[in-house]
Amino acid sequence: MSEEKDFYKLEKEIILFEEKIKEIQSSEENNKKEKIARLKKEIEKEWARIKPELTPSHIVQIARHPKRPYTLDYLDYLTEDFMEIHGDRRAGDDPAIVAGLGFYKGRTVAFIGHQKGRTTRERIERNFGQPNPEGYRKALRVMKLAEKFGFPIVTLIDTPGAYPGIRAEEQGQAEAIANNLKEISKLRIPVVNVVIGEGGSGGALAIGVGDAILMLEYSFYSVISPEGCAAILWKDQKAVTQAAENLKIGAKDLLDMGIIDKIISEPPGGAHVDYEQIFKNVDRHLNPTLKKLELRSPEERLEERYQKFRKIGVFSE
Amino acid sequence: MHDLWTRCNNCRRILYKQDILDNQSICPACNFHFRLSAYERLEMLFDEGLYNLLDQNISPEDPLQFKDSIKYSQRLKENQKRTKLQDAVLNAEGTIEGIKVVISAMDFGFMGGSMGSVVGEKITRAVELALKERLPLIIVSCSGGARMQEGVFSLMQLMKTSSAIARLDKAGIPFISILVDPTTGGVTASFAMLGDINIGEPNALIGFAGPRVIEQTIKEKLPKGFQRAEFLLQHGMLDDVVDRNNMRSYLVRALRLFLNRPE
Ligand SMILES: [Zn+2]
Repeated sequence: MSEEKDFYKLEKEIILFEEKIKEIQSSEENNKKEKIARLKKEIEKEWARIKPELTPSHIVQIARHPKRPYTLDYLDYLTEDFMEIHGDRRAGDDPAIVAGLGFYKGRTVAFIGHQKGRTTRERIERNFGQPNPEGYRKALRVMKLAEKFGFPIVTLIDTPGAYPGIRAEEQGQAEAIANNLKEISKLRIPVVNVVIGEGGSGGALAIGVGDAILMLEYSFYSVISPEGCAAILWKDQKAVTQAAENLKIGAKDLLDMGIIDKIISEPPGGAHVDYEQIFKNVDRHLNPTLKKLELRSPEERLEERYQKFRKIGVFSE
Repeated sequence: MHDLWTRCNNCRRILYKQDILDNQSICPACNFHFRLSAYERLEMLFDEGLYNLLDQNISPEDPLQFKDSIKYSQRLKENQKRTKLQDAVLNAEGTIEGIKVVISAMDFGFMGGSMGSVVGEKITRAVELALKERLPLIIVSCSGGARMQEGVFSLMQLMKTSSAIARLDKAGIPFISILVDPTTGGVTASFAMLGDINIGEPNALIGFAGPRVIEQTIKEKLPKGFQRAEFLLQHGMLDDVVDRNNMRSYLVRALRLFLNRPE
C-alpha cells in the first residue's frame, strides 16, 4: 500500500500563511494590501510545489475540508435578499438541505443546496449534510415553485450521501430521490448544478442533475464514497486510495468522460484558503451558463436535458 | 447434499427440488420465495412461457479500467459465462393473457443485479419501445444498486432511466414495477420506485441503504421485518405484496384496468 501523506500535513505551511492574511485583514496595520499580496505569492509558490503531487484521495480530503465554503457561504456572497424557505409540507424541515429564493444578477433565482455545519453542534443539527426524504421533498417543492414563476434553479452539491437511517427508510428515501430525478427531467426552467464539495452518490444526484453541471476543481462526484467502495470491493477500509483512483471521481476525469460541462478553478491551496476568490470564480461561470440556458425555449431545454443523460453510458453493440 | 434435494433458506426443511420447481420456486412448506433468474422470471410471466428477447447484442465495457482484487473485465467474463447473460437484465416482448407487454427482468446472479451502463441502456430502451409501440411496461427489479466498477457512469443511469420513465406519464403508458428480493440502492432510487403501481414479492428486502450500512451508522439492531415488502406496504411505499403464485393474475387484472379493457 502506498504511504501517502495526509492533505492536512501537506497544506500546513499554506494554512499558516492564510491565518496570517486573516490576521492582517482584521488589523489596523498599514500597507495591508501589499503585505497580503506578498503572502498570497508565498501561498502560490507553496501550492505550485504541492499541486503536482495531489492524488485522488487528497482531492477527496480537500472536498471534505472542514474549512471549505458551504452552500450558505456561497449564497451570502452571490445573492441579495436570500430568503430561505422551509419544510416539505409533508413531514418536516430538513436542515441538511437549504432552499429559497434570492436575487442573482438582477433576477430571482431559486437556490437549493446541501448544507453542512461548521461547529460540532451545527454539524449534528445539519446531520453532516446527509439529507432525509423531507429534504429532497422540500427541494422538489422549491423547484416546482420556481417553475410556477419561471425562475431558474441553481443547486449546490455537497453531501456525503443520503442519510442511511430507520426513519429515512420508513419515509421513503429511495422514492424521494427517484421522484426528484423524474420531476427534474420535466422542469420547464433552466437548472444549473454546481458541485462545491462532495458529490456523494444518489444523495447528491437527487438535486445534482439538470441542464449543466459545473464542478469545482477539487470537488468530486461519485457513485459511492471511496471508503464504502474500499470496504465492499477490497474488504479493507484502508484501501481508500485505490478505490478513489479506480472510481475516477475528480472534476478532470468527469469532464473527460463527458459527464460534466465545466470545471471551476480553485485558488491556490483550495477553496478554503481564499473564499472571496472562489466565490468570484463561481460567479464568473454561473451567470453565463444561466444566460445561455435562458435563451433556449423550454422545449429545447427539455429535449437537450433528456439527450444529455440519454447518451451517458459505455457499452458495445 | 444430493442433487435431488435442497434445503429451504428460511424454514431449513429438506425439500425435493422438483417440488420447489413445480411451485414457481416457492417453498411448499413456508412460502419462502427463492430467487429466480431473469430467464425463469420471463418464462413465468409470459403466456406459455414464450417471449422474444430484445436488445440482446448490448454488452458491457470497462470504461474506467477498474481493478480491485480482479479486473472488472475479468469479472464480467466470469459472470457472463456462469449466467449465460450479457449483463444483469433481459428485455423481452410477449403477451400476458393475450395482452402485449414489454418486460425487463433483472438478474441478481449477474454481479448482484448491479446497474451499470448496460442495465441503464436496456431499461431505457424498454421504456422507449413501450412508448413507441404504446405497450404497457413491466420491470422486475432485483439489484444491489449501482455498479461501482463503472463509477459515475453507473450513477448517471439513475437519471437516464428516470427521465425515460417520465416520458411515459405524458404518453399515458402504464408502468408496473415489481420489486423482488433484494432491491436496494440506485435501482430503488430510480425506476423501481417510479411505477404507476409498485408491488413487491413477500418478504423481499427493499430499501435505499442496505441494512448493514444502516446498522453501522446508527449502531443499533434493526427491528424485525425492517425493509421487507410488508413493511414498505405498511409505510405507503408499495401498492401491494403479491405472492408469486398470484403474480400473473394480479398483472392481468392491473393491465386490464389501466388499459380500460373490461373482459
Ligand atoms: Zn421453507
